[in-house]
Amino acid sequence: MTAAEAARRVATHPVQALGRSALAAVRLVGAVGVFAVRGIIAALTPVWFVSQLRRQIVAIGFFSLPVVGLTAVFTGAALALNIFTGGGRFNAEQVMPQIVALGITRELGPVLAALMLAGRVSAAIAAEIGAMRATEQIDAMRTLSTDPFRYLVAPRLLAAVLTLPLLTAVADIIGIAGGWLVATRVLEFNPTVYVRNTINFLESWDIVSGLIKAAVFGFIVALMGCYHGYNASGGARGVGRATTHAVVSSAILIFASDYLLTTLFTHMS
Amino acid sequence: MTSAVPKLAWKGVTKQFGDRKVLDQLDLSVAPGRSLVIIGGSGQGKSVTIKAALGLLRPEAGAIELDGKNIVGLSEGQRRKLFSRVGVLFQGAALFDSLTIWENVAFRLINADGVSRRKARERAIEALEQVRLSADVADRFPSELSGGMQKRVGLARAVVAQPEILFFDEPTTGLDPITAAAINQLISDQVRRLGSTAVSITHDLASAQTIGDEIAMLHDGRIIWRGPASELATTDNPYVRQFVEGRAEGPISHTA
Ligand SMILES: Nc1ncnc2c1ncn2[C@@H]1O[C@H](COP(=O)(O)OP(=O)(O)O)[C@@H](O)[C@H]1O
Ligand SMILES: [Mg+2]
Repeated sequence: MTAAEAARRVATHPVQALGRSALAAVRLVGAVGVFAVRGIIAALTPVWFVSQLRRQIVAIGFFSLPVVGLTAVFTGAALALNIFTGGGRFNAEQVMPQIVALGITRELGPVLAALMLAGRVSAAIAAEIGAMRATEQIDAMRTLSTDPFRYLVAPRLLAAVLTLPLLTAVADIIGIAGGWLVATRVLEFNPTVYVRNTINFLESWDIVSGLIKAAVFGFIVALMGCYHGYNASGGARGVGRATTHAVVSSAILIFASDYLLTTLFTHMS
Repeated sequence: MTSAVPKLAWKGVTKQFGDRKVLDQLDLSVAPGRSLVIIGGSGQGKSVTIKAALGLLRPEAGAIELDGKNIVGLSEGQRRKLFSRVGVLFQGAALFDSLTIWENVAFRLINADGVSRRKARERAIEALEQVRLSADVADRFPSELSGGMQKRVGLARAVVAQPEILFFDEPTTGLDPITAAAINQLISDQVRRLGSTAVSITHDLASAQTIGDEIAMLHDGRIIWRGPASELATTDNPYVRQFVEGRAEGPISHTA
């Protein structure tokens, strides 16, 4: 259905249209759920395609370092300036390092690293698997007695779940360093005091909870890329659609699950 | 075809996408060791016919019988075992573009059969020689080869594990006539060498007559004619005549 047709249908039969989208949404959640379960089973079945896993860890993890690092340093720096300004309104500029550290480790480190991965990796996975679908490579793989969930999906899920926490740890460090740079170069904080305050203040849970979030986000990013690529249809346009859907759905699910996890963690402590 | 159990049979197979019935109670069979060619216009469901037989698409109704046993709805694991007896050359060759040529040919050996990489490479190079490709393409990537060479690699990959049944989906489409003739020859050589049953799709009549013992014409989701390859030129079936003579007017209305 084209967008114009869809719009016409909504205009003439609003209730039907609503019902149809509700049904479609339920079907989609079901389909993604089944796909996720198959992916998890494949990822946990110990007949791994190790060379594929290695390749994906490099592609997903290593090559995302520059973009994650750059995002983190600028965000850390901007965050420091904003919190300094905000803190100034209560004469509380001095707690800036602590707030920056908390904001980065619990929230911005994992979320920003995940969003960068959604843009870079989810799209790349969807495009690659989508192109394989369009050119019958996935069908070919099955006729060669090889399960695409084990060969294609599992290594990507595992690689993302393993590497996003590491990328987040890097983002945490670089983000805090960005704050430190602004604080010491622009705002005349004492470099060693800044570092000491940060270290004394942070609890291990601040960091660990962020890393747990990152693992969940990594799963989401790879799952959305794989799901939309695997189900791509309609040639080159279908592949284009798959990449867009992968990025948009990863981003939305990252934010939604971020809120849910934060709520959960708040109740736990 | 008379008394023996067919190697592969479609029995009342119906496949639809949305409201569109692509296969409508299709009946077709091929005897062991024979080569069947399916002809028909574009979009008539030839690829769907093969994909249903392979279990890549699930028909809404009907049975697919391999050696007399229905194989519709097998589990993934059973299907994987069954695939070890099957070789497929896809329409666009469907080579894995991130793997080298020899890794493509040896894909099944390495990833499903647990053959060591060294041994698998030897067997891949033997298979490449079977399709007249020299060992120095082994380490190149699919994108570095011409369409005809890609088809040869696809053929090598299909025959490397000596399957009982071979499927060829439009093996010569998009190739120049000379390359196409070479591919047809290779296909019929390989089918003969392995003694396999073969099911091929084509809309190239020269191809149909080189590789087919029998020909079936698919139209509107059913087989509307079937006969020995030699009768293709002489039958007075109006659909076949129109197709063979390539006329726009006739019983086949073209909506494309
Ligand atoms: N996976 C699919 N989803 C929806 N429609 C499909 C699918 N595969 C094939 N079709 C439709 O089925 C019809 C027959 O396709 P196909 O078997 O590929 O034709 P051909 O005879 O040219 O090989 C076409 O109209 C095609 O659009
Ligand atoms: Mg086709």
